[in-house]
Amino acid sequence: MVTQQDDNRRDFLILATSAVGAVGVAGAVWPFIRSWSPSADVLAQATTEVNLSNIQEGQMITVPWQGKPVFILHRSPDQIAAAKKDDAETMRQPEKDADRVKDEKWLVVLALCTHLGCVPQPVGTGDYGGFLCPCHGSHYDTSGRIRKGPAPENLPVPHHEFKDANTLVIGKAVG
Amino acid sequence: MFKGIMEWVDERLPVTELIKSQATEYPTPKNLNYWWNFGSLALFVLIIQLVTGIFLAMHYKPDAALAFDSVEHIMRDVNWGWLLRYLHANGATAFFVMIYIHILRGMYYGSHRKPREILWWFGVIIFFALMGTAFMGYVLPWGQMSYWGAAVITNLVSALPVVGQDLVVWVWGGFAVGDPTLNRFFALHFLLPFVVFGLVILHMWALHAVHSNNPDGIDLEEKDTIPFHPYFTIKDLYGVGVFLIVFCAFVFYNPNFFLEPDNYIQADPMKTPAHIVPEWYFLPFYAVLRSIDFLGTMSKLVGVIAMGAAIAILFILPFLDRSPVRSFRYRPISRALFWIFVVDCFVLGWVGYNPADATVFGGMPIIYVGRTATAIYFSYFALLWLVTALKVEKPQPVPKSL
Ligand code: HEM
Ligand code: FES
Repeated sequence: MVTQQDDNRRDFLILATSAVGAVGVAGAVWPFIRSWSPSADVLAQATTEVNLSNIQEGQMITVPWQGKPVFILHRSPDQIAAAKKDDAETMRQPEKDADRVKDEKWLVVLALCTHLGCVPQPVGTGDYGGFLCPCHGSHYDTSGRIRKGPAPENLPVPHHEFKDANTLVIGKAVG
Repeated sequence: MFKGIMEWVDERLPVTELIKSQATEYPTPKNLNYWWNFGSLALFVLIIQLVTGIFLAMHYKPDAALAFDSVEHIMRDVNWGWLLRYLHANGATAFFVMIYIHILRGMYYGSHRKPREILWWFGVIIFFALMGTAFMGYVLPWGQMSYWGAAVITNLVSALPVVGQDLVVWVWGGFAVGDPTLNRFFALHFLLPFVVFGLVILHMWALHAVHSNNPDGIDLEEKDTIPFHPYFTIKDLYGVGVFLIVFCAFVFYNPNFFLEPDNYIQADPMKTPAHIVPEWYFLPFYAVLRSIDFLGTMSKLVGVIAMGAAIAILFILPFLDRSPVRSFRYRPISRALFWIFVVDCFVLGWVGYNPADATVFGGMPIIYVGRTATAIYFSYFALLWLVTALKVEKPQPVPKSL
């Protein structure tokens, strides 16, 4: 005969077994989930060194950093002036030009549209003298700030340092 | 001899009994029209995809450095490789044609209504799995459209609040779409069609438990049905014949009709093509995504939700429709709404095909068309519920039997 006490005991045992089982399954699933995260060799490509001596004023180059394109623009006085003048405009993500560059001659931005990740076109294609994203028409100015179109944020400025006058290092070494 | 073998087997595993009850003698409504051919056609295309896909996988290399060239190698060097690839690439298109007609058939004749809700849900899940499979398959040739299509769609994940950014890095296995992404997409593209196959079996099980709906949408008596074989085996076979004529016309005479020229340029993570378009079968949903652009920083997230909802709403369709009558044959208002809905889907597709900042009809931004069409898309479901729940629609008399 099954008593009330037996029933309670069984309920407890079923619950305890299920709980242990669930924790076990969760633990076993973890390595599979983590196997999708960037692997050690991907993480190791943390920095890119760029020689700046060949970039003329008003010109830009696109370099890969961590598999992503980075624009390096050698800004002309006009482009610098345009960016500074627009500091006063209302913007989606207000930022001063001075806070986005380390040396006002060099604009270094991640060239991935903050809308859905397309690469914007070179400087001079957008409405504000800057970059136009061809995918859904976002316009960035000469400081890489979003001015028009669906993108929510400015082009991010990756961590970068000038090793010497002609050498730029993008990214931070990990570890 | 054969009879003797079958008797021996049947004593152990009732194969003959299963074939009789579920296939040859399976009772089928005698009034099914040609719209009922598209289920078996979809299955036929699934088999084409499985067979061509497995053989493509024997020559394809899922490596960012090798993938593009391996597809060209299939096209130029592998014996009949061009045929395998063109069958497979056009097979994806054919699959969606069949599935869209199949779904619309169900919506028109009320095939999702009680007691077929679970049958319908398996269908919607198959549709989701199919979209995932096709999306990941399109990445494999590693052309410019492959790459940037993948970049735009995976970036949708980043719209999720809080976890979005980390999640998309996890999906990529890096900081952008790259080799790890391609490799995992290949594994999943191989796996998912077999999951779809399993889901099709569940779909058939659910169908055979409640039996087919029919154009009149009424519950049938025994006398209104005929055995599946030979009546529907021959009819389905006839459908396959007609399908193959059209399908082969594309495969042999215009194999690149549905493919993008940009996808014959190798993927370049540093350069986006001027105009990214998804494959035609995603265009209406892509248009819904882009139509939500008026909510500032929330646009992206709401756009993604709207796009998901446009499909997921099919799950609750069986409960939205409150009419006592299933088939739109006898429901004039629902029928009118349905055709507006169908036209609207084409309009959305056209909007999705155009660049987002295009203007139409002499200067109107196309985005307005997109927003209106998106509103109409969702209104269909709301109105269908309203006219049936409030009994605005008076159904015409329905036959008691055939
Ligand atoms: C639900 C069924 C399937 C659909 C809708 C589908 C869809 C696609 C699409 C759209 C492509 C890109 C075609 C192109 O532009 O070249 C593709 C490529 C590919 N698929 Fe599938 N596929 C399916 C099943 C399979 C299966 C079962 C396999 C293997 C087991 C497979 C293996 C491949 C391979 C190796 C490629 C790369 C070669 C190529 O691009 O032609 N597919 N698939
Ligand atoms: S990805 Fe740049 S505007 Fe959409």
